[in-house]
Amino acid sequence: MSNFKAKFHVEWPGFTLDVDLNLPERGVTALFGHSGSGKTTLLRCIAGLERAKQGYLSFKGEVWQDETTWLPTHQRPLGYVFQEASLFSHLSVLGNLRYGLKRTSDIRNPALDQAVELLGIGHLLDRKPAHLSGGERQRVGIARALAVAPRILLMDEPLAALDLKRKQEILPYLERLHDELDIPVLYVSHSPDEVARLADHIVVMDGGKVVTRGPLVETMARLDLPIRLGQDAGVVLDAIVAERDETWHLARVEFAGGSLWTRDHHLAVGHRVRVRIQASDVSLATQPQEHSSILNLLSGVVDAISDDEHPGLALVRVRVGESNLIARLTKRSVTALAIVPGLPIWVQVKSVALME
Amino acid sequence: MLSDGDLQAIWLTLRLAGIVTLILLLIGTPIAWWLARTRAWWKAPVGAVVALPLVLPPSVLGFYLLLAMGPNGPVGAFTQSIGFGTLPFTFWGLVVASVFYSLPFMVQPLQTAFEAVGDRPLEVAATLRASPIDAFFTVAVPLALPGFLSASILTFAHTVGEFGVVLMIGGNIPGQTRVASVQIYDHVEALEYMHAHQLAAVMLVFSFVVLLVLYVWRPSSKKGA
Repeated sequence: MSNFKAKFHVEWPGFTLDVDLNLPERGVTALFGHSGSGKTTLLRCIAGLERAKQGYLSFKGEVWQDETTWLPTHQRPLGYVFQEASLFSHLSVLGNLRYGLKRTSDIRNPALDQAVELLGIGHLLDRKPAHLSGGERQRVGIARALAVAPRILLMDEPLAALDLKRKQEILPYLERLHDELDIPVLYVSHSPDEVARLADHIVVMDGGKVVTRGPLVETMARLDLPIRLGQDAGVVLDAIVAERDETWHLARVEFAGGSLWTRDHHLAVGHRVRVRIQASDVSLATQPQEHSSILNLLSGVVDAISDDEHPGLALVRVRVGESNLIARLTKRSVTALAIVPGLPIWVQVKSVALME
Repeated sequence: MLSDGDLQAIWLTLRLAGIVTLILLLIGTPIAWWLARTRAWWKAPVGAVVALPLVLPPSVLGFYLLLAMGPNGPVGAFTQSIGFGTLPFTFWGLVVASVFYSLPFMVQPLQTAFEAVGDRPLEVAATLRASPIDAFFTVAVPLALPGFLSASILTFAHTVGEFGVVLMIGGNIPGQTRVASVQIYDHVEALEYMHAHQLAAVMLVFSFVVLLVLYVWRPSSKKGA
Protein backbone atom coordinates (compact mmCIF):
# COMPACT_ATOMS: atom_id res chain seq x y z
CA MET A 1 0.00 0.00 0.00
CA SER A 2 2.55 2.55 1.12
CA ASN A 3 5.91 3.00 -0.54
CA PHE A 4 7.45 4.46 2.57
CA LYS A 5 7.97 1.73 5.14
CA ALA A 6 10.02 2.00 8.29
CA LYS A 7 10.55 -0.91 10.65
CA PHE A 8 13.14 -0.71 13.39
CA HIS A 9 14.11 -2.54 16.50
CA VAL A 10 16.73 -0.80 18.64
CA GLU A 11 17.74 -1.89 22.11
CA TRP A 12 19.86 0.26 24.34
CA PRO A 13 20.22 0.01 28.10
CA GLY A 14 16.95 1.36 29.47
CA PHE A 15 15.42 2.09 26.08
CA THR A 16 13.78 0.06 23.36
CA LEU A 17 12.51 1.37 20.07
CA ASP A 18 10.13 -0.95 18.32
CA VAL A 19 8.22 0.48 15.39
CA ASP A 20 6.69 -0.82 12.20
CA LEU A 21 5.17 2.00 10.18
CA ASN A 22 3.82 2.80 6.79
CA LEU A 23 4.40 6.50 6.48
CA PRO A 24 2.49 8.92 4.25
CA GLU A 25 4.28 9.91 1.08
CA ARG A 26 2.99 13.45 1.11
CA GLY A 27 2.26 16.23 3.53
CA VAL A 28 3.66 16.87 6.98
CA THR A 29 3.70 13.93 9.36
CA ALA A 30 4.31 14.85 12.98
CA LEU A 31 6.17 12.38 15.18
CA PHE A 32 4.72 13.44 18.48
CA GLY A 33 5.58 12.33 21.98
CA HIS A 34 7.29 13.19 25.23
CA SER A 35 11.06 13.31 25.44
CA GLY A 36 12.35 9.77 25.63
CA SER A 37 9.46 8.43 23.58
CA GLY A 38 11.83 7.47 20.78
CA LYS A 39 10.67 9.95 18.16
CA THR A 40 14.11 11.44 17.56
CA THR A 41 15.71 7.99 17.52
CA LEU A 42 13.18 6.93 14.89
CA LEU A 43 14.04 9.98 12.78
CA ARG A 44 17.78 9.30 13.14
CA CYS A 45 17.26 5.68 12.09
CA ILE A 46 15.42 6.88 8.99
CA ALA A 47 18.28 9.28 8.22
CA GLY A 48 20.89 6.59 8.79
CA LEU A 49 22.52 8.59 11.59
CA GLU A 50 21.65 5.73 13.94
CA ARG A 51 22.02 2.19 12.79
CA ALA A 52 19.32 -0.16 14.00
CA LYS A 53 20.66 -3.70 13.99
CA GLN A 54 17.27 -4.98 12.94
CA GLY A 55 15.45 -2.79 10.53
CA TYR A 56 13.80 -2.35 7.19
CA LEU A 57 13.44 0.95 5.42
CA SER A 58 12.23 1.63 1.93
CA PHE A 59 11.35 4.92 0.34
CA LYS A 60 9.56 5.23 -2.98
CA GLY A 61 10.67 1.82 -4.15
CA GLU A 62 14.29 2.14 -3.00
CA VAL A 63 15.46 -0.02 -0.14
CA TRP A 64 17.61 2.01 2.23
CA GLN A 65 18.02 -0.72 4.81
CA ASP A 66 17.31 -4.43 5.11
CA GLU A 67 19.29 -7.46 6.25
CA THR A 68 21.87 -7.05 3.51
CA THR A 69 21.60 -3.38 2.55
CA TRP A 70 22.60 -0.32 4.46
CA LEU A 71 22.74 2.94 2.62
CA PRO A 72 24.96 5.41 4.47
CA THR A 73 23.43 8.79 5.28
CA HIS A 74 25.30 10.66 2.57
CA GLN A 75 23.78 8.45 -0.10
CA ARG A 76 20.18 8.93 1.05
CA PRO A 77 18.28 11.64 -0.86
CA LEU A 78 17.08 13.43 2.25
CA GLY A 79 17.28 16.79 3.93
CA TYR A 80 17.73 16.98 7.69
CA VAL A 81 17.11 19.92 10.02
CA PHE A 82 18.65 19.56 13.48
CA GLN A 83 17.33 21.00 16.70
CA GLU A 84 20.17 23.50 16.86
CA ALA A 85 20.86 24.94 13.43
CA SER A 86 24.39 23.44 13.56
CA LEU A 87 25.70 25.69 10.82
CA PHE A 88 29.33 25.27 9.80
CA SER A 89 31.00 28.15 11.64
CA HIS A 90 33.95 28.23 9.23
CA LEU A 91 31.71 28.99 6.26
CA SER A 92 29.51 31.96 5.38
CA VAL A 93 25.76 31.51 5.05
CA LEU A 94 26.18 31.05 1.31
CA GLY A 95 29.04 28.59 1.90
CA ASN A 96 26.74 26.61 4.18
CA LEU A 97 23.97 26.61 1.58
CA ARG A 98 26.35 25.54 -1.18
CA TYR A 99 28.03 22.79 0.84
CA GLY A 100 25.39 20.19 0.04
CA LEU A 101 24.56 21.63 -3.35
CA LYS A 102 28.11 21.03 -4.59
CA ARG A 103 27.77 17.38 -3.65
CA THR A 104 24.47 16.62 -5.33
CA SER A 105 24.78 14.88 -8.65
CA ASP A 106 22.00 16.77 -10.34
CA ILE A 107 22.83 20.45 -9.99
CA ARG A 108 19.41 21.98 -9.82
CA ASN A 109 20.33 25.47 -8.86
CA PRO A 110 16.68 26.49 -8.57
CA ALA A 111 16.56 24.51 -5.34
CA LEU A 112 19.01 26.94 -3.77
CA ASP A 113 17.28 30.05 -5.06
CA GLN A 114 13.90 28.69 -4.02
CA ALA A 115 15.17 27.82 -0.56
CA VAL A 116 16.69 31.27 -0.13
CA GLU A 117 13.45 32.89 -1.23
CA LEU A 118 11.22 30.57 0.78
CA LEU A 119 13.09 31.21 4.02
CA GLY A 120 13.68 34.90 3.35
CA ILE A 121 17.44 34.83 3.91
CA GLY A 122 18.62 36.60 0.76
CA HIS A 123 20.05 39.49 2.78
CA LEU A 124 22.13 37.20 5.02
CA LEU A 125 24.17 35.29 2.43
CA ASP A 126 27.52 36.99 3.09
CA ARG A 127 27.35 36.77 6.87
CA LYS A 128 29.11 34.31 9.13
CA PRO A 129 26.86 32.13 11.31
CA ALA A 130 28.27 33.77 14.46
CA HIS A 131 26.63 37.03 13.35
CA LEU A 132 23.11 35.65 12.98
CA SER A 133 20.27 35.56 15.50
CA GLY A 134 18.99 32.17 16.65
CA GLY A 135 15.96 32.42 14.40
CA GLU A 136 18.01 33.43 11.38
CA ARG A 137 20.37 30.53 11.97
CA GLN A 138 17.56 28.03 12.00
CA ARG A 139 16.11 29.52 8.80
CA VAL A 140 19.52 29.08 7.16
CA GLY A 141 19.64 25.52 8.53
CA ILE A 142 16.28 24.74 6.93
CA ALA A 143 17.29 26.38 3.64
CA ARG A 144 20.54 24.41 3.65
CA ALA A 145 18.60 21.16 3.98
CA LEU A 146 16.29 22.19 1.12
CA ALA A 147 19.10 23.35 -1.17
CA VAL A 148 20.11 19.76 -1.92
CA ALA A 149 16.65 19.24 -3.46
CA PRO A 150 15.85 16.36 -1.10
CA ARG A 151 13.08 13.90 -1.80
CA ILE A 152 12.09 13.88 1.85
CA LEU A 153 12.65 16.42 4.60
CA LEU A 154 13.35 15.28 8.18
CA MET A 155 13.04 17.88 10.92
CA ASP A 156 14.08 17.18 14.51
CA GLU A 157 12.32 19.72 16.73
CA PRO A 158 13.54 22.64 14.65
CA LEU A 159 11.93 25.16 16.99
CA ALA A 160 12.66 23.60 20.37
CA ALA A 161 15.89 25.53 20.96
CA LEU A 162 14.26 28.89 20.26
CA ASP A 163 12.37 31.25 22.52
CA LEU A 164 8.72 32.06 21.89
CA LYS A 165 9.45 35.15 19.83
CA ARG A 166 11.85 33.32 17.53
CA LYS A 167 9.32 30.51 17.18
CA GLN A 168 6.71 32.99 16.03
CA GLU A 169 9.29 34.30 13.56
CA ILE A 170 9.89 30.89 12.00
CA LEU A 171 6.44 29.30 12.09
CA PRO A 172 5.16 31.30 9.10
CA TYR A 173 8.10 30.00 7.07
CA LEU A 174 7.30 26.44 8.09
CA GLU A 175 3.72 26.99 7.01
CA ARG A 176 4.97 28.19 3.64
CA LEU A 177 7.02 25.00 3.39
CA HIS A 178 3.89 23.05 4.09
CA ASP A 179 1.98 24.85 1.36
CA GLU A 180 4.67 24.98 -1.31
CA LEU A 181 6.73 21.83 -0.87
CA ASP A 182 5.67 18.70 -2.66
CA ILE A 183 7.95 16.33 -0.75
CA PRO A 184 6.97 14.50 2.43
CA VAL A 185 8.10 16.05 5.71
CA LEU A 186 8.65 14.16 8.96
CA TYR A 187 8.45 16.62 11.79
CA VAL A 188 9.52 15.57 15.28
CA SER A 189 7.93 17.66 17.98
CA HIS A 190 6.67 17.60 21.52
CA SER A 191 4.83 20.88 21.04
CA PRO A 192 1.05 20.57 20.65
CA ASP A 193 0.85 23.99 19.01
CA GLU A 194 3.33 23.17 16.28
CA VAL A 195 1.66 19.86 15.57
CA ALA A 196 -1.80 21.39 15.44
CA ARG A 197 -0.59 24.11 13.11
CA LEU A 198 1.60 22.16 10.75
CA ALA A 199 0.77 18.50 10.64
CA ASP A 200 -1.46 16.63 8.20
CA HIS A 201 -0.76 13.29 9.81
CA ILE A 202 0.33 12.36 13.27
CA VAL A 203 2.26 9.46 14.73
CA VAL A 204 2.03 9.45 18.50
CA MET A 205 4.88 7.71 20.27
CA ASP A 206 5.40 6.62 23.83
CA GLY A 207 8.08 4.44 25.39
CA GLY A 208 9.64 3.59 22.03
CA LYS A 209 6.36 2.39 20.55
CA VAL A 210 3.75 3.89 18.26
CA VAL A 211 0.62 4.55 20.27
CA THR A 212 -1.54 5.73 17.42
CA ARG A 213 -1.29 7.23 13.99
CA GLY A 214 -3.50 8.67 11.31
CA PRO A 215 -4.71 11.87 9.70
CA LEU A 216 -4.45 14.65 12.27
CA VAL A 217 -8.06 15.86 12.25
CA GLU A 218 -9.51 12.36 12.58
CA THR A 219 -6.97 11.21 15.11
CA MET A 220 -7.55 14.19 17.35
CA ALA A 221 -11.28 13.46 17.42
CA ARG A 222 -10.83 9.95 18.75
CA LEU A 223 -12.01 9.54 22.32
CA ASP A 224 -10.34 6.24 23.12
CA LEU A 225 -6.77 7.45 22.87
CA PRO A 226 -4.45 8.96 25.38
CA ILE A 227 -3.48 11.63 22.88
CA ARG A 228 -3.44 14.96 24.56
CA LEU A 229 -2.01 17.88 22.69
CA GLY A 230 -1.22 19.84 25.79
CA GLN A 231 -3.06 19.32 29.06
CA ASP A 232 -6.40 19.19 27.39
CA ALA A 233 -8.27 17.04 24.95
CA GLY A 234 -9.56 18.87 21.92
CA VAL A 235 -10.01 18.78 18.20
CA VAL A 236 -8.44 20.49 15.22
CA LEU A 237 -10.50 21.59 12.22
CA ASP A 238 -9.51 22.79 8.78
CA ALA A 239 -11.44 25.91 7.91
CA ILE A 240 -11.61 28.92 5.59
CA VAL A 241 -12.08 32.56 6.52
CA ALA A 242 -15.58 33.28 5.18
CA GLU A 243 -16.44 36.72 6.50
CA ARG A 244 -14.94 39.57 8.46
CA ASP A 245 -16.88 41.85 10.76
CA GLU A 246 -14.89 45.07 10.94
CA THR A 247 -17.18 46.67 13.51
CA TRP A 248 -16.66 44.02 16.15
CA HIS A 249 -13.23 42.82 15.02
CA LEU A 250 -14.47 39.33 14.44
CA ALA A 251 -14.01 36.82 11.67
CA ARG A 252 -16.23 33.92 10.70
CA VAL A 253 -14.49 30.72 9.67
CA GLU A 254 -16.27 27.89 7.89
CA PHE A 255 -15.50 24.26 8.45
CA ALA A 256 -17.11 21.13 7.07
CA GLY A 257 -20.35 21.25 8.98
CA GLY A 258 -20.74 24.78 10.21
CA SER A 259 -19.03 28.03 10.99
CA LEU A 260 -17.54 29.73 14.02
CA TRP A 261 -16.86 33.30 15.06
CA THR A 262 -13.40 34.09 16.27
CA ARG A 263 -11.28 37.14 16.91
CA ASP A 264 -10.24 38.83 13.68
CA HIS A 265 -6.60 38.07 12.83
CA HIS A 266 -6.61 40.30 9.73
CA LEU A 267 -6.66 37.35 7.41
CA ALA A 268 -8.21 37.80 4.00
CA VAL A 269 -11.50 36.12 3.17
CA GLY A 270 -10.74 32.78 1.54
CA HIS A 271 -7.57 32.20 3.61
CA ARG A 272 -7.20 28.61 4.82
CA VAL A 273 -6.80 28.32 8.56
CA ARG A 274 -6.69 25.69 11.25
CA VAL A 275 -8.73 26.09 14.37
CA ARG A 276 -8.25 24.24 17.59
CA ILE A 277 -11.10 23.79 20.02
CA GLN A 278 -10.38 22.44 23.45
CA ALA A 279 -12.84 20.13 25.13
CA SER A 280 -13.10 22.40 28.16
CA ASP A 281 -14.26 25.28 25.94
CA VAL A 282 -17.23 23.33 24.63
CA SER A 283 -20.50 22.94 26.52
CA LEU A 284 -23.70 21.12 25.52
CA ALA A 285 -27.36 21.98 25.89
CA THR A 286 -30.56 20.18 24.93
CA GLN A 287 -32.29 23.52 24.24
CA PRO A 288 -30.83 26.39 22.21
CA GLN A 289 -29.53 29.00 24.64
CA GLU A 290 -30.83 32.40 23.61
CA HIS A 291 -29.57 34.59 26.40
CA SER A 292 -25.94 33.59 26.39
CA SER A 293 -22.70 35.47 25.94
CA ILE A 294 -21.38 32.67 23.83
CA LEU A 295 -21.47 33.53 20.12
CA ASN A 296 -20.97 30.11 18.67
CA LEU A 297 -23.95 27.83 18.76
CA LEU A 298 -23.93 24.77 16.59
CA SER A 299 -26.36 21.96 16.22
CA GLY A 300 -25.17 18.38 16.19
CA VAL A 301 -25.76 14.84 17.24
CA VAL A 302 -24.07 13.02 20.13
CA ASP A 303 -21.72 10.46 18.68
CA ALA A 304 -19.88 8.84 21.57
CA ILE A 305 -19.21 9.22 25.28
CA SER A 306 -16.16 8.12 27.23
CA ASP A 307 -14.58 8.55 30.63
CA ASP A 308 -12.08 11.34 31.13
CA GLU A 309 -9.06 11.07 33.38
CA HIS A 310 -10.91 12.39 36.41
CA PRO A 311 -13.67 10.06 37.65
CA GLY A 312 -16.14 12.96 37.76
CA LEU A 313 -15.66 13.94 34.14
CA ALA A 314 -16.65 12.59 30.75
CA LEU A 315 -15.71 13.40 27.17
CA VAL A 316 -18.58 13.63 24.73
CA ARG A 317 -18.01 13.64 21.01
CA VAL A 318 -20.59 15.45 18.95
CA ARG A 319 -20.95 15.22 15.21
CA VAL A 320 -21.54 18.60 13.58
CA GLY A 321 -22.01 18.11 9.86
CA GLU A 322 -18.93 16.24 8.72
CA SER A 323 -16.81 17.36 11.64
CA ASN A 324 -16.41 16.29 15.24
CA LEU A 325 -16.16 18.36 18.37
CA ILE A 326 -15.30 17.08 21.81
CA ALA A 327 -16.87 18.50 24.97
CA ARG A 328 -15.78 17.88 28.54
CA LEU A 329 -18.73 17.59 30.92
CA THR A 330 -19.27 16.38 34.44
CA LYS A 331 -20.84 12.95 34.59
CA ARG A 332 -23.59 14.52 36.60
CA SER A 333 -24.47 16.74 33.65
CA VAL A 334 -24.33 13.79 31.27
CA THR A 335 -26.89 12.01 33.42
CA ALA A 336 -29.01 15.08 34.14
CA LEU A 337 -29.33 15.93 30.44
CA ALA A 338 -29.73 12.26 29.56
CA ILE A 339 -27.00 12.47 26.97
CA VAL A 340 -26.75 9.28 24.94
CA PRO A 341 -25.37 8.58 21.47
CA GLY A 342 -27.84 9.65 18.79
CA LEU A 343 -29.31 12.51 20.82
CA PRO A 344 -29.64 15.80 18.89
CA ILE A 345 -27.84 18.48 20.88
CA TRP A 346 -26.78 22.13 20.89
CA VAL A 347 -23.08 22.82 21.10
CA GLN A 348 -21.75 26.04 22.57
CA VAL A 349 -18.15 26.90 21.78
CA LYS A 350 -16.68 29.47 24.07
CA SER A 351 -13.25 29.83 22.58
CA VAL A 352 -11.67 29.04 19.25
CA ALA A 353 -7.93 29.17 18.82
CA LEU A 354 -7.02 30.19 15.32
CA MET A 355 -3.80 28.94 13.82
CA GLU A 356 -2.93 30.69 10.60
CA MET B 1 78.62 36.67 17.78
CA LEU B 2 77.45 33.11 17.02
CA SER B 3 80.17 30.84 15.69
CA ASP B 4 79.81 28.70 12.58
CA GLY B 5 79.38 25.70 14.83
CA ASP B 6 76.51 27.47 16.61
CA LEU B 7 74.81 28.36 13.34
CA GLN B 8 75.22 24.82 12.10
CA ALA B 9 73.66 23.52 15.32
CA ILE B 10 70.73 25.97 15.02
CA TRP B 11 70.11 25.03 11.38
CA LEU B 12 70.23 21.34 12.26
CA THR B 13 67.81 21.91 15.11
CA LEU B 14 65.32 23.74 12.90
CA ARG B 15 65.57 21.09 10.20
CA LEU B 16 65.00 18.31 12.74
CA ALA B 17 62.04 20.09 14.33
CA GLY B 18 60.50 20.91 10.94
CA ILE B 19 60.75 17.35 9.64
CA VAL B 20 59.47 15.87 12.90
CA THR B 21 56.50 18.26 12.89
CA LEU B 22 55.56 17.30 9.34
CA ILE B 23 55.87 13.57 10.06
CA LEU B 24 53.82 13.92 13.24
CA LEU B 25 51.10 15.84 11.40
CA LEU B 26 50.74 12.80 9.17
CA ILE B 27 50.97 10.19 11.94
CA GLY B 28 49.41 12.11 14.82
CA THR B 29 46.28 13.27 13.01
CA PRO B 30 44.78 9.80 12.44
CA ILE B 31 45.74 8.74 15.97
CA ALA B 32 44.13 11.85 17.46
CA TRP B 33 41.05 11.41 15.27
CA TRP B 34 40.70 7.80 16.34
CA LEU B 35 41.20 8.66 20.04
CA ALA B 36 38.64 11.47 19.80
CA ARG B 37 35.93 9.36 18.21
CA THR B 38 36.35 5.73 19.25
CA ARG B 39 34.36 4.01 21.94
CA ALA B 40 36.65 0.96 21.93
CA TRP B 41 37.88 -0.25 25.32
CA TRP B 42 41.48 0.03 24.24
CA LYS B 43 41.17 3.77 23.77
CA ALA B 44 42.55 4.23 27.31
CA PRO B 45 45.68 2.04 26.90
CA VAL B 46 46.47 3.66 23.55
CA GLY B 47 46.00 7.11 25.05
CA ALA B 48 48.33 6.19 27.91
CA VAL B 49 51.02 4.89 25.56
CA VAL B 50 50.82 8.09 23.52
CA ALA B 51 51.23 10.13 26.71
CA LEU B 52 54.19 8.09 28.03
CA PRO B 53 56.90 10.43 26.71
CA LEU B 54 55.39 13.18 28.88
CA VAL B 55 56.45 11.42 32.06
CA LEU B 56 59.28 9.08 31.05
CA PRO B 57 62.79 10.38 31.64
CA PRO B 58 64.23 11.08 28.17
CA SER B 59 67.12 8.79 29.00
CA VAL B 60 64.71 5.86 29.50
CA LEU B 61 62.97 6.51 26.19
CA GLY B 62 66.35 7.02 24.51
CA PHE B 63 67.70 3.81 26.02
CA TYR B 64 64.88 1.66 24.65
CA LEU B 65 65.01 3.36 21.27
CA LEU B 66 68.76 2.80 21.17
CA LEU B 67 68.28 -0.91 21.83
CA ALA B 68 65.47 -1.19 19.27
CA MET B 69 67.33 0.68 16.56
CA GLY B 70 70.70 -0.88 17.32
CA PRO B 71 72.21 -3.71 15.24
CA ASN B 72 70.51 -6.39 17.38
CA GLY B 73 67.16 -4.63 17.84
CA PRO B 74 64.07 -5.32 15.71
CA VAL B 75 64.11 -1.87 14.09
CA GLY B 76 67.86 -2.15 13.49
CA ALA B 77 67.45 -5.56 11.88
CA PHE B 78 64.82 -4.13 9.57
CA THR B 79 66.82 -1.03 8.56
CA GLN B 80 69.86 -3.19 7.92
CA SER B 81 67.89 -5.63 5.82
CA ILE B 82 66.76 -2.83 3.50
CA GLY B 83 70.31 -1.56 3.24
CA PHE B 84 69.84 1.51 5.40
CA GLY B 85 72.38 0.58 8.05
CA THR B 86 71.54 1.32 11.66
CA LEU B 87 69.88 4.50 12.78
CA PRO B 88 71.64 5.49 16.04
CA PHE B 89 74.12 8.32 15.70
CA THR B 90 72.53 9.52 12.45
CA PHE B 91 70.24 12.43 11.71
CA TRP B 92 67.39 10.08 10.74
CA GLY B 93 67.86 8.20 13.97
CA LEU B 94 67.24 11.50 15.71
CA VAL B 95 64.13 12.07 13.60
CA VAL B 96 62.69 8.68 14.57
CA ALA B 97 63.47 9.21 18.24
CA SER B 98 62.00 12.72 18.20
CA VAL B 99 58.81 11.48 16.57
CA PHE B 100 58.26 9.23 19.59
CA TYR B 101 59.41 11.84 22.04
CA SER B 102 57.12 14.60 20.68
CA LEU B 103 54.13 12.39 19.84
CA PRO B 104 51.91 13.52 22.76
CA PHE B 105 52.54 17.16 21.92
CA MET B 106 50.92 16.60 18.54
CA VAL B 107 48.24 14.08 19.47
CA GLN B 108 46.82 15.62 22.64
CA PRO B 109 45.98 19.12 21.33
CA LEU B 110 44.57 17.58 18.16
CA GLN B 111 42.48 15.11 20.13
CA THR B 112 41.07 17.95 22.24
CA ALA B 113 40.32 19.95 19.10
CA PHE B 114 38.55 17.03 17.41
CA GLU B 115 36.56 16.32 20.56
CA ALA B 116 35.47 19.96 20.64
CA VAL B 117 34.23 19.69 17.05
CA GLY B 118 31.96 16.84 18.17
CA ASP B 119 29.71 14.52 16.19
CA ARG B 120 27.12 17.04 15.07
CA PRO B 121 28.99 18.89 12.28
CA LEU B 122 29.93 15.52 10.79
CA GLU B 123 26.33 14.32 10.95
CA VAL B 124 25.24 17.54 9.27
CA ALA B 125 27.85 16.99 6.56
CA ALA B 126 26.56 13.44 6.03
CA THR B 127 23.01 14.73 5.54
CA LEU B 128 24.46 17.14 2.97
CA ARG B 129 25.86 14.26 0.90
CA ALA B 130 29.46 14.40 2.18
CA SER B 131 31.19 11.03 2.57
CA PRO B 132 33.10 10.51 5.84
CA ILE B 133 36.48 11.34 4.25
CA ASP B 134 35.03 14.38 2.48
CA ALA B 135 33.52 15.53 5.79
CA PHE B 136 36.84 15.04 7.58
CA PHE B 137 38.72 17.34 5.23
CA THR B 138 35.98 19.92 4.59
CA VAL B 139 34.45 20.13 8.07
CA ALA B 140 36.53 18.53 10.83
CA VAL B 141 39.92 19.88 9.71
CA PRO B 142 38.77 23.49 9.14
CA LEU B 143 36.90 23.50 12.46
CA ALA B 144 39.94 22.04 14.26
CA LEU B 145 42.39 24.39 12.56
CA PRO B 146 43.35 26.26 15.75
CA GLY B 147 44.15 22.86 17.25
CA PHE B 148 46.38 22.01 14.30
CA LEU B 149 48.25 25.29 14.72
CA SER B 150 48.87 24.93 18.43
CA ALA B 151 49.75 21.23 18.07
CA SER B 152 52.29 22.04 15.35
CA ILE B 153 53.83 24.89 17.29
CA LEU B 154 54.08 22.82 20.47
CA THR B 155 55.59 19.86 18.61
CA PHE B 156 58.12 22.05 16.85
CA ALA B 157 59.14 23.86 20.03
CA HIS B 158 59.31 20.70 22.07
CA THR B 159 61.58 19.06 19.49
CA VAL B 160 63.81 22.12 19.48
CA GLY B 161 64.15 21.77 23.23
CA GLU B 162 65.00 18.08 23.47
CA PHE B 163 68.31 17.06 24.95
CA GLY B 164 68.35 13.75 26.76
CA VAL B 165 67.02 11.64 23.92
CA VAL B 166 69.49 13.28 21.53
CA LEU B 167 72.41 12.39 23.74
CA MET B 168 71.26 8.78 24.05
CA ILE B 169 70.51 8.25 20.36
CA GLY B 170 72.51 10.77 18.46
CA GLY B 171 75.59 11.53 20.46
CA ASN B 172 77.39 14.63 19.41
CA ILE B 173 78.33 14.63 15.74
CA PRO B 174 78.64 18.12 14.20
CA GLY B 175 76.24 18.65 11.31
CA GLN B 176 74.62 15.29 12.00
CA THR B 177 73.30 15.15 15.49
CA ARG B 178 74.77 18.12 17.33
CA VAL B 179 71.62 20.21 17.87
CA ALA B 180 71.53 23.56 19.70
CA SER B 181 70.87 22.15 23.15
CA VAL B 182 73.86 19.79 22.84
CA GLN B 183 76.01 22.63 21.51
CA ILE B 184 75.24 24.68 24.63
CA TYR B 185 76.17 21.69 26.80
CA ASP B 186 79.48 21.44 24.93
CA HIS B 187 80.20 25.13 25.43
CA VAL B 188 79.62 24.80 29.16
CA GLU B 189 81.76 21.65 29.38
CA ALA B 190 84.53 23.55 27.63
CA LEU B 191 83.97 26.48 30.01
CA GLU B 192 83.08 28.73 27.04
CA TYR B 193 80.48 30.61 29.04
CA MET B 194 80.30 33.53 26.63
CA HIS B 195 79.33 31.24 23.73
CA ALA B 196 76.95 29.34 25.92
CA HIS B 197 75.29 32.65 26.92
CA GLN B 198 74.73 33.72 23.34
CA LEU B 199 73.20 30.46 22.17
CA ALA B 200 71.16 30.10 25.35
CA ALA B 201 69.76 33.59 24.86
CA VAL B 202 68.67 32.66 21.34
CA MET B 203 66.86 29.59 22.68
CA LEU B 204 65.24 31.61 25.46
CA VAL B 205 63.90 34.25 23.10
CA PHE B 206 62.71 31.59 20.67
CA SER B 207 60.83 29.69 23.37
CA PHE B 208 59.24 32.85 24.71
CA VAL B 209 58.06 33.97 21.27
CA VAL B 210 56.58 30.55 20.57
CA LEU B 211 54.62 30.54 23.81
CA LEU B 212 53.56 34.14 23.27
CA VAL B 213 52.16 33.25 19.85
CA LEU B 214 50.27 30.33 21.40
CA TYR B 215 48.76 32.41 24.19
CA VAL B 216 47.77 35.25 21.87
CA TRP B 217 46.13 32.71 19.58
CA ARG B 218 44.07 30.85 22.15
CA PRO B 219 41.14 33.20 22.76
CA SER B 220 40.23 33.45 19.08
CA SER B 221 39.99 29.69 18.78
CA LYS B 222 37.00 29.53 21.08
CA LYS B 223 34.51 31.08 18.69
CA GLY B 224 31.61 28.87 17.68
CA ALA B 225 28.30 29.14 15.91
